[in-house]
Amino acid sequence: MERIPILRMGDFLLVTIQVDMHDQLAMTLQDDLTNAIAKHSSHGVLIDISSLEIVDSFIGRMLANISGMARILDAQTVLVGMQPAVAITLVELGMSMPGVRTALNVEAGMELLRELVSATRVEMGDEDSEV
Amino acid sequence: MSKIADILQKNESELLTDWMKEQLAAVRRRDLMNDTDLRTQSTELLREITQAARNGNVTDIGSPEWTGVRERLSEISRSRAKQGFSPEETATFVFSLKQPLFRRLRAEFGKDADALFSETWNATILIDKLGLMTFAAFVTAKEQIIAHQAEEMLELSTPVVKLWQGIVAVPLIGTLDSNRTQVVMESLLGTIVNTNSKIAIIDITGVPAVDTLVAQHLLKTITAAKLMGAECILSGIRPQIAQTIVHLGINLTDIITKATMADALAIALQKTGRAVVRVEKVAAKAGEGNQKEAVNGIETAERKRA
Repeated sequence: MERIPILRMGDFLLVTIQVDMHDQLAMTLQDDLTNAIAKHSSHGVLIDISSLEIVDSFIGRMLANISGMARILDAQTVLVGMQPAVAITLVELGMSMPGVRTALNVEAGMELLRELVSATRVEMGDEDSEV
Repeated sequence: MSKIADILQKNESELLTDWMKEQLAAVRRRDLMNDTDLRTQSTELLREITQAARNGNVTDIGSPEWTGVRERLSEISRSRAKQGFSPEETATFVFSLKQPLFRRLRAEFGKDADALFSETWNATILIDKLGLMTFAAFVTAKEQIIAHQAEEMLELSTPVVKLWQGIVAVPLIGTLDSNRTQVVMESLLGTIVNTNSKIAIIDITGVPAVDTLVAQHLLKTITAAKLMGAECILSGIRPQIAQTIVHLGINLTDIITKATMADALAIALQKTGRAVVRVEKVAAKAGEGNQKEAVNGIETAERKRA
């Protein structure tokens, strides 16, 4: 069965969507990603959708959902490289994706992810020192 | 078969001379077209008409035999519309053929009133139809020119400018409707990708009025930019517009808004880790060895990240 690969880079998971998503593929990705987060106890997920050219409301909602699920599993999600046409489509569909963090490209996304994750880690460190 | 075809063929050169005379008497536009070109056009059209009249029905110019005439006439009409002829002048081009043709018909039939009437009738119908077609083609060409210009204006009126490394701005001028918003959105998002900009400033100083629709369009653009990973700053909000926005109950609380482009640029520089500093201070601080560059009296310094 067709699957979207999930790469592990240290603390982070990297998902690059390079094919046009259909609903089943999206559901599989959702499953695989949540499992991978739990398995590797990852703190950050980077989803690169720069090759994604077609979206519908289902895919849009799925991307928002993944972000929500990851947050529950204590991982920050950053969506990077959205094409202008895709952004316009999502806005026209009324999906503004509040709560999803975005970045222009993988580089900027990684930087943002590091910032987000290090912020949560510092807090944990402080708690440790107080104990 | 109508006699018109025979008459046209037999008297071609006389008809042409008369027609030219009529045309030159009615309209003199040497500034737009010289006599030689006019003569060539007239000759070719007359030849096409003769051909079509011989092969087909004189009063039915919609039939396939008249295709050549229709095409040539549309072409002439279009080129005249582009050259700047007035509608009247363009219509006269065809209608001025009427008198020479009638004169020929009269000479041909003489006292035979019945034949003269029926042929004159046919000739009138023919020339009227050709005239109407010329006019239709003329108007279509003009409309095309207008549509083309409107499109060009749409593109010209929405430039996206790069203000700094990673900062772009769109100064919006004029009323925002759906079409323009679409163009603005596309060019802004395109530029964000191309220049890799994290901040986009949308300046609405030149937007005369903001209603709910315009606000909705602006919000769409801002949301789309946010989805791509860029942040938008709305600037150039005049006091009246601020009042209107609040009265209309438009929620702009999630968006950074500034009164002037300068304020927006300042906040954009701050967000990208830069600051504008006076030159004197630079000179004083130069000894400290900070890496700085002076640009036209202002200076930007990368803020050291903690």
